[in-house]
Amino acid sequence: MNPNTDYMEIMNSVRSKTFTFFEEIADIFTFIQVIIKETFSRDFEFKEFFYQCFQIGYKTLPLIAITGTIMGLVLTIQSRPVLADFGAVSMLPGMIAVSLIREMGPVITALICAGKIGSGIGAELSSMKVTEQIDAMELSSTNPIRYLVVTRILAATLMLPVLVLYADLLGILGSWAGANIKGDVTFILFFSQAFSHVGFIDFIPAFIKTFLFGAVIGFVGSYKGYHAGKGTASVGEAAHSSVVQASLLIIIVDMIAVQITDMFI
Amino acid sequence: MEEVPINHMKTKPHNRKVVIEIKLLKKSFGDQEVLKEISLDLYDGENLVILGKSGSGKSVLIKCIVGLLNADSGIIRILGQNIPDLQSKELSLIREKIGFLFQSGALYDSMTVRENLEFPLRKKKDIFTKEQVDKKVLEALNHVGLTDELDKMPAQLSGGMRKRVSLARTIVTNPLIMLYDEPTTGLDPVTSEEISMLINDVQKKYKTSSIIITHDIKCALLTADRIIMLKDGEIYKEGAPENFENSSDAYAKSFFK
Ligand SMILES: Nc1ncnc2c1ncn2[C@@H]1O[C@H](COP(=O)(O)OP(=O)(O)O)[C@@H](O)[C@H]1O
Ligand SMILES: [Mg+2]
Repeated sequence: MNPNTDYMEIMNSVRSKTFTFFEEIADIFTFIQVIIKETFSRDFEFKEFFYQCFQIGYKTLPLIAITGTIMGLVLTIQSRPVLADFGAVSMLPGMIAVSLIREMGPVITALICAGKIGSGIGAELSSMKVTEQIDAMELSSTNPIRYLVVTRILAATLMLPVLVLYADLLGILGSWAGANIKGDVTFILFFSQAFSHVGFIDFIPAFIKTFLFGAVIGFVGSYKGYHAGKGTASVGEAAHSSVVQASLLIIIVDMIAVQITDMFI
Repeated sequence: MEEVPINHMKTKPHNRKVVIEIKLLKKSFGDQEVLKEISLDLYDGENLVILGKSGSGKSVLIKCIVGLLNADSGIIRILGQNIPDLQSKELSLIREKIGFLFQSGALYDSMTVRENLEFPLRKKKDIFTKEQVDKKVLEALNHVGLTDELDKMPAQLSGGMRKRVSLARTIVTNPLIMLYDEPTTGLDPVTSEEISMLINDVQKKYKTSSIIITHDIKCALLTADRIIMLKDGEIYKEGAPENFENSSDAYAKSFFK
């Protein structure tokens, strides 16, 4: 076998891969550009936007409630013995509140939402694409980016902070329940102890990044759905890659956000 | 190469207005040349059937006509305006005059039948009152014989009913031009015939000019005033339906099997 042709084959495959990689980057930027343009266009689709807020926000509340409560409970049960070793059990409420608000609440809620909301958007839009519903919409003088994509991204961006706040609160409630398994403390006392350690500096950066997480989930789901290939198999593919890539991006955005916050504190 | 029999002169209704004029339309995907210099005219009031096997570029052709795909080169003039030259605003004005029946029906599956039919009229709130919209929706559904299904979801309908609902959704805006992408594909013979009859009814009642794209020869013969046969992205044969029925051409015959 000629080693030279082997090399050429590898080079060709690398070249076509890098080419599609750059093509995809260009595609993503075009998509972002169109979305921004349509977001600020005159006829905003308010009805669809509110409907999406309901779908994305309200319908995810039960899931977030369960996750948040268990997160707080488990975190408390796990860290209590360690704090007891240091004789610092009184620090428990504050420590839980700070770790929930700064990190656990936003990231875990966002990852769960990447699973539920991201895959939902990816699957819905890709099936609309595959069955020509998006084409049909374009022909009936409705801009599908404005109607489908902008509304979903904005709804996800605005609803995620709400879901995170909800998870934080229920997490502290769960933590109080965990603290009550061993020991006896009133909710009011636990709550005031918890929040005596939380400052704006814990809250604000964490709150800001939840908007970014929401935008990431909405954008990745929409991009994957809107760029689905042909055939029903691409619906599954779009839903799957929405979850994977949104989750990965959330972790990366979180890391960058933490670095930036760290520089200013 | 063998001379391709094209009998233009017999069938062209010369006294009629041209509604859609296509000249030297080309479209490729990568290395694959799907349409190679297609030229054709659609005359006012006629049902033009474009017959071709699966994968011959039929869908690509009508998607180029409405600008869902961009042609690589060529002219596509609808009611005098060249589609590739239009800005999005002018394009959507032209699109309002066109009804497009998608191969898959393309009903919005998160909406009821009524909401599906109201959707094309949603930007017309300043022109039509709620009552007028209701009336139009009922009229269109009545035309396809499905007024009872108004509040059902598309998933609750049979394949034939879904096709009819999508037909109703395209005629609700009173289009001048109708484009049908394989209207009978995936339907049983009886339902196919019903849909073909509906296509003829639409032509009569709404005075539309239509392009019907199909590989179903029965549907073609039932609906066509004129047939254009597509092969490998080129026009292979053109003529009145009778010319195809009695044709000795092997390729044309292969559709009748
Ligand atoms: N968006 C696209 N990207 C790449 N190839 C396409 C696309 N659309 C159609 N094709 C190719 O063009 C050819 C004709 O497709 P189509 O017009 O859908 O055929 P049909 O006559 O069955 O409707 C097919 O070989 C198909 O693979
Ligand atoms: Mg087709």
